[in-house]
Amino acid sequence: MQIHETENETDGSIDLMINMGPQHPSTHGVFRLVIWVDGERIIKSEPHIGYLHRGSEKICESEHYSQIVTLFDRMDYVGNLNSELAFCLATEKIMDVCVPERAEYIRVILCELNRVASHMLFYGVYGLDAGAMTPILYAFREREKIQNLFESVTGARMMHNYIRIGGVKENLPRDFQQRLHEVLEHLKRGIEECDALISKNEMFLARTKGVGAISGADAIDFGVTGPALRASGVVEDIRVTDPYSIYDRFDFNIPVGTYGDCWDRFYVRVEEMRESVKIIEQAARDLPEGDISAAVRRIVRPPKGEVFVRTESPRGDLAVFLVSDGTDTPYRVKVRAPSFANLQALEQMLQGAYLADAVLILGSIDLIMGEVDR
Amino acid sequence: MSLSEVFIILAKAVILMLSVSLVVLVLTYAERKALARIQQRMGPTRVGFKGILQPVADSLKLITKEDILPTWADRGVYWLAPIAVFVPAFLMWVTIPVTRQIVVENLDLGLFYITAVSVLSVLGLLMAGWGSASKWAVMGGLRAAGQLISYEIPFIMAILGVAMLAQSLDLTEIVAQQHSVSFALVQPLGLFIFLTSALAELGRTPFDIHHAESEVIGGPFVEYSGAHWSIFFLAEYMNTFTIAVLTVLLFLGGWSWPTMPFEGFLHATLSLIWLLIKTSAVLWLIFWIRGTYPRLRIDQLMAFGWKLLVPLSFLNIVITAIVLFYGLPLWVLTCLSGILLVGAVCIIRLNSSSSMERDTVRLVSAKDVRSKAKFSPLETSGGAE
Repeated sequence: MQIHETENETDGSIDLMINMGPQHPSTHGVFRLVIWVDGERIIKSEPHIGYLHRGSEKICESEHYSQIVTLFDRMDYVGNLNSELAFCLATEKIMDVCVPERAEYIRVILCELNRVASHMLFYGVYGLDAGAMTPILYAFREREKIQNLFESVTGARMMHNYIRIGGVKENLPRDFQQRLHEVLEHLKRGIEECDALISKNEMFLARTKGVGAISGADAIDFGVTGPALRASGVVEDIRVTDPYSIYDRFDFNIPVGTYGDCWDRFYVRVEEMRESVKIIEQAARDLPEGDISAAVRRIVRPPKGEVFVRTESPRGDLAVFLVSDGTDTPYRVKVRAPSFANLQALEQMLQGAYLADAVLILGSIDLIMGEVDR
Repeated sequence: MSLSEVFIILAKAVILMLSVSLVVLVLTYAERKALARIQQRMGPTRVGFKGILQPVADSLKLITKEDILPTWADRGVYWLAPIAVFVPAFLMWVTIPVTRQIVVENLDLGLFYITAVSVLSVLGLLMAGWGSASKWAVMGGLRAAGQLISYEIPFIMAILGVAMLAQSLDLTEIVAQQHSVSFALVQPLGLFIFLTSALAELGRTPFDIHHAESEVIGGPFVEYSGAHWSIFFLAEYMNTFTIAVLTVLLFLGGWSWPTMPFEGFLHATLSLIWLLIKTSAVLWLIFWIRGTYPRLRIDQLMAFGWKLLVPLSFLNIVITAIVLFYGLPLWVLTCLSGILLVGAVCIIRLNSSSSMERDTVRLVSAKDVRSKAKFSPLETSGGAE
């Protein structure tokens, strides 16, 4: 039998090097983590990325602005609408377009629904990571309701291409309010049910409490954002601290953790689902009539210049840096992907953890490889 | 040994093999349906009426699949491992009675034989892990060895408690002893220890650590495919069924408790039905646990086994011995055992709730954050360090 070993410098014993991924059921895509273990303890770890690299940023440079929206769909393929929004906001900012009120509200409603769907996916998959096979089916039941609503609005279950530069693609279906109401009622019950299913389970707590903890200061140093950062006790939510779109009009809470361990990262997301539902309710209540898109040419040609826009995607700080040279296609599109930045803290979180914890820690960052590799 | 004796032995083996295989087929279907119910699904519905032919389709698929031998695998060990797991699982059935009349060979040392044979399957798992030449498989094999050997102790101790009560190692005799009161009522603690350690022996949730899909990707079985994999699978389900039957025989009174007034043919038929009903109840419990709980970590598993189950199983023996030695009535044992069981559950709960603070996530109102003109996230967070 062939085993590749590396010698442990401290005591001369031999550590086992294990390749976790790119084909491993719990690396959430094609992520490769090389770990050196001493028994079940992890001595050292080394993340390798790039298995899903499609050169999206480079392709952006040869596409029209309106075509790029579809490329953004395929980056964060679980939070598509949030991804689309980031690019559209950047383009609108550089062109100085004023988006109609109704479009803004529609965007917020859909993006928050998307956040709930994304967190639901996380919730279910996290249960699987912990070895419980039931949560994912409950989570998908809820997610399915949201996906159906998306289908009725955007025509697609994923890869919506619905948020466009200057507004949204088309108006909401006539019975949208009623459908949304039904979905929200389901969701409220569903979130509580999901919470009761696993969050209070002692074995789940024992598995996640104190595992993969990272302090707030360290998290900031690593560039961790989103729920993972808030779990470490840092109050930072771009929807509030650097508001975009119309997020400054809504009243909601920011869930903040204490220890930055897997449990906090898990529960912050559960709480965030509840808060998102609050935002959607407020937005649906205030949803005005009117135009759904500003008058924007089909092929937009922004003036020369550069912008930087930050948004809060389900995974964290999704920022777009856009440089325009005044032509139909952008000169450069740089995406600051939250998954990529959050991944950087993985090595520190894995220090001294057990092999079984590695799965949970990796899961708690909620990676989307499409976004990491772009 | 005459030719007819050989023939009888062979016939018994074939009948046993067929009936156990049939049980496994039913069991896979039952588990899928049970899990589906828990998870708001339908389970298999397509193949045959209500999907009852699904296990047949699955087994056909498995048999016709290609057997893959990894390049670096240790051939002999790799091919022998499934058999090393399967044979002990099968051998256990030699002495397990399903009614007073239906048993391959009723041994006087039946229980002793069962515990001795059941340990052998660890060898097969280790062989599978080592022979596959995959690090994940080695990891899984070692996990299996550690887990199975540590849980063997409380498992055997719990069985010993029953043997002391019945004053016999003969399973038929043990069942007969329970005609007035089942040992589950006399030794609730014993039942708890037995079921918990049996789950660990089987490698079922929450102790499915050695073949955890999300961690070691199937552990020792990761490189196996087709027929050889299905032999592991067969052995696993066979063991599950064996454990359920043993639970019924040792603790739930088998066919004799609470009542079995008939004799002759009627006795055999009704006993079998009675046993199967009780067994399904135990199996349902095992499936239910699988649908409910996440997996423990290996160190938590070991701590649970060595720090809680092993001492408890010794205590179980001690109280049984005291009661039997002084000839005290059995209800005294029930009380003692019950108190210990409640105490154990309290210890588990206290341990987990004291070390775990649940409300670590607090809500910060967006309004408060907005009202601060210059906001420094770390300052107001309080618990950042």
